[in-house]
Amino acid sequence: MLIKKPSDISPSEITSKSDYQSRRKFLKNSINAGLTGTAINSGILLPGMSAQAAAKLADIKKSPLSTTDEELTKFDAITTYNNFYEFGINKEDPSEKSGLFQPKPWSVSIEGECNNPGEYNLEDLTKPHQLEERIYRMRCVEAWSMVIPWVGIPMAEILKQFEPNANAKYVAFTTVFRPDEMPGQRSRSLRWPYVEGLRIDEAMNPLTLLAVGLYGEELLNQSGAPMRLVVPWKYGYKSIKSINKIEFVTKQPPTSWNISAPKEYGFYSNVNPKRNHPRWSQKKERRIGEFLKRDTLMFNGYGDQVASMYTDMNLLKYH
Amino acid sequence: MQKFYKPLLFSISLIPFGSVIYNGFTNNLTANPIEYITHFTGDWTIYFLLITLSITPLRNLTRKISLIRYRRMIGLFAFFYGCLHFITYFAVDQFFDFSAILEDIVERPYITVGFTAFVLLIPLTITSTKKMAARLGNKWRTLHSSIYLITGLGILHYYWLVKSDVRIPLLLATIYILLLSLRLKWAKIMMKLRFLNIRSA
Repeated sequence: MLIKKPSDISPSEITSKSDYQSRRKFLKNSINAGLTGTAINSGILLPGMSAQAAAKLADIKKSPLSTTDEELTKFDAITTYNNFYEFGINKEDPSEKSGLFQPKPWSVSIEGECNNPGEYNLEDLTKPHQLEERIYRMRCVEAWSMVIPWVGIPMAEILKQFEPNANAKYVAFTTVFRPDEMPGQRSRSLRWPYVEGLRIDEAMNPLTLLAVGLYGEELLNQSGAPMRLVVPWKYGYKSIKSINKIEFVTKQPPTSWNISAPKEYGFYSNVNPKRNHPRWSQKKERRIGEFLKRDTLMFNGYGDQVASMYTDMNLLKYH
Repeated sequence: MQKFYKPLLFSISLIPFGSVIYNGFTNNLTANPIEYITHFTGDWTIYFLLITLSITPLRNLTRKISLIRYRRMIGLFAFFYGCLHFITYFAVDQFFDFSAILEDIVERPYITVGFTAFVLLIPLTITSTKKMAARLGNKWRTLHSSIYLITGLGILHYYWLVKSDVRIPLLLATIYILLLSLRLKWAKIMMKLRFLNIRSA
């Protein structure tokens, strides 16, 4: 079984914290020496290493922007079926090979066209704000989808505190680069670090979320701990994970999948059943947990909130 | 010996199939079982095609003529896994949505080549019996050498499907090219030998 049930014994009773830390250090050193890469890849070290405590998040407000008329995807599916190439290209890699990743402590570098650049602690960024539960559909470009109860803060609230200036036309996001902790970054499946971007109005749209949790608990490593973007009207790869840099820029920033295959993945990447893709028909999708495919909706069904941002644009050209 | 090896090889070839059934019953096919089964059966189709192709070079290298007896069975297993792969796509993934399937075949190059490879396997399966081989004579050899084309298309199908990390399809392509060149080299030597025989006669 892939699904691990939490044991009644707390991990600290089995392994003392100092032992655990020194083991981590030993492992890290061995990785540097190139010795244990295979051991980690084969999952030998996982039972102890991946004991991620999913901490409960307190004081979460329900949001009127949630999608409420659909059944939620199961927690186990959301956390074992992931595209997060930093941990490997297979769907089970992120849950199985992210045990070494350390999402705490976490700081984010704020750069570019704003009045308050600098290095911020994640807690300092999130503390002044009310956490919200936002239930969104998540549509992957591979023609599958989920319904996920995210916990987070509207991205606009976060970005406004840095006071972007008039030159800030776009926001560029970068995923942390830690090949020691992220085995996928030791191969060249994509150019690292992963980068993504939004137009400033997209980043400030009320739907755009800075997620720190799901199902009322902190994000697990495989879901993009400790903080990630969620843009529900775009294909999943736009929702960049484990962000450690946010930059306000004047020109449209490069994005990872666009660099990898420009004809297939555009900057905007709005969910669009009319645009043909050489690999997957985007007309339909399979909801994880369901058998028959369902029709894919324009903007993933969020047209009422987002279509006005694209009124004068040819969305087949600017895909 | 053959009496013993053939059923053994037959059973071994069924292990991947058994593992899907087992993992299905134990709920171990990931959160997206249809995708898992599609990829799994596709992988094994290519593996069996490559094993089929490796039998003749292996016979030539080891000079164990008896190996050839197993080639047909392995080839038929390639068709068996290819069928499972195609049925999963056709009847489960697309659920008999003919217009979507047609669109896939026409517009998505990886499906175009994959579908072509599958269709080309059918005549080889039909003519795989000893009777058919005898009836077709030399034509049978020519027809069945299309297995090289089919395997190439199968690997291209995989390569075009993969989003970014093409290491596995490239590894399979390397094995394929190696087997193909071994075969061509052998064919050249055989031609030379025949030529010499004619001259000395």
